[in-house]
Amino acid sequence: MNNLIIGQYVPGRSVVHRLDPRTKITIIFFFVIIVFFANSFWSYFVLTLFGLTSMFASKVPMRFMMKGLMPVWFLIVFTFILHLFINKEGTLLIDWSFIKIYSSGVIQGIAISMRFFLLILMTSLLTLTTTPIEITDAVEEMLHPLKRIKFPVHELALMMSISLRFIPTLVQETDKISKAQASRGVDFRTGPVKDRIKAVVPLLVPLFVSAFKRAEELAMAMEARGYQGGEGRTKLRELKLSKLDIWIYCLFICVIIALFLTRHYG
Amino acid sequence: MENKLIEFRNVSFRYTDEQPWVLKDCSFTIYENEWVAIIGHNGSGKSTIAKLMNGLIFPQKGEILIGDKIIDEQTVWEIRREVGMVFQNPDNQFVGTTVQDDVAFGMENRGFPREEMIRLIDESLSAVGMEKYRLTEPYRLSGGQKQRVAIAGVLAISPKVLILDEATSMLDPKGRLEIMETVAHIQTERDLSLITITHDLNEVTQADRVIVMNRGELWKEGTPREIFTEKASLRQIGLDVPFSSTLAEELRRYHIPIEKEPLNHEELLEELWTLHSKM
Repeated sequence: MNNLIIGQYVPGRSVVHRLDPRTKITIIFFFVIIVFFANSFWSYFVLTLFGLTSMFASKVPMRFMMKGLMPVWFLIVFTFILHLFINKEGTLLIDWSFIKIYSSGVIQGIAISMRFFLLILMTSLLTLTTTPIEITDAVEEMLHPLKRIKFPVHELALMMSISLRFIPTLVQETDKISKAQASRGVDFRTGPVKDRIKAVVPLLVPLFVSAFKRAEELAMAMEARGYQGGEGRTKLRELKLSKLDIWIYCLFICVIIALFLTRHYG
Repeated sequence: MENKLIEFRNVSFRYTDEQPWVLKDCSFTIYENEWVAIIGHNGSGKSTIAKLMNGLIFPQKGEILIGDKIIDEQTVWEIRREVGMVFQNPDNQFVGTTVQDDVAFGMENRGFPREEMIRLIDESLSAVGMEKYRLTEPYRLSGGQKQRVAIAGVLAISPKVLILDEATSMLDPKGRLEIMETVAHIQTERDLSLITITHDLNEVTQADRVIVMNRGELWKEGTPREIFTEKASLRQIGLDVPFSSTLAEELRRYHIPIEKEPLNHEELLEELWTLHSKM
């Protein structure tokens, strides 16, 4: 229980870690868009170079990166194979009775898998180098303009941060309840699926009851400590754009320019 | 004594109209820089008193004064700045994702500037001996440590009174000791009244004055020593008498003349080893 980490954050002091979370979210947002504009070898080269450079700059060990890619690995290979067999343009490369592979199928396959790979790489880089609370703060700051149309930005951010705070508590609680119920003879691990689903009920009911009780007590404690909503509130955690952020923005703009210059070459 | 800080004037309270009164016509006063313990069995109305002092609930009859202000819907936010409260469950009052965020929560609510918050976080965390844990997440802390952080969060806004509403009841003996030592230390350092609400009589011995509640009524008021002389009736209303006090009672039954009611082991020992010179 002592090394429980919410999300996949890997602590560090690298350039990527030190970036303002807003910078990271903005860059990744635009990166996700421009990935779909890449259409030539050199344009992919530019994006991959950017992706890999950020990855090495983050100093996150490879095994954590791989863990993030694991669930989508299958998807990447699958799209590649699909393109290989379906696309029937270009020159015929291999012809084994019913399997016919054409050159553009190979190129398309590689291109689409590369897109996938880059998307996953960049998004998992965000969660690997940014704590959930930093992301929450960034979201609150970035949604700030929506306050004008009465969107409850502060409440949303508070809800997110309280959920983050209570995840470990509720995990511990679930563990405790499941042990208590197991000692009373509830079997969570064996038997047909139907029985196992039924066994979850005596776990969920006490968990919900206690979660509601906690919520009630927390609300009272918050009120006793003077909480009256977002109005007139100051914040301890502060987001500050540094010179580093400006440099990274410049670099990213260069990447975008390079991408559009190389779009039709190669 | 000195200035009045909290005054209950004929206060009655019940949660809904159908339910019986939880508090019946209670009147008492708490003064500045005083340590008062409120004790009573479960359902005696002692936690209700705490909630009333903080304006979390309002009385149906009577009035409550904090300083010279009557608690009502208008004054309640000012009053919450002066009355800090620590609750029973250490987990359910920890709002922040780290220790410093939690200490800051009360200050953020009141719009303190950031620089001041940082200074006050340092100050209040070192007052409770938790300065090394600034960036620790709550699930890495013990119950006693979480309660100390909760106390720090209250101290940061420098209230006039700190209420501990059974704040030690969910802790192990070590955690309890930590909290009681912390609180005793703070009370000597700062201008602060302290109200501890408990059903553990061992915690009462350090207080200046004790208020005993029974079935929603004020049963007795006095110094801990005065209260503990009435062991039989304390037991009758469902309260546990501390061990040293019980032992003294047994010794008296064997005609060993213990004059002063001992509140703890040291005092009993003092009585016993000076006994021979008295006889």
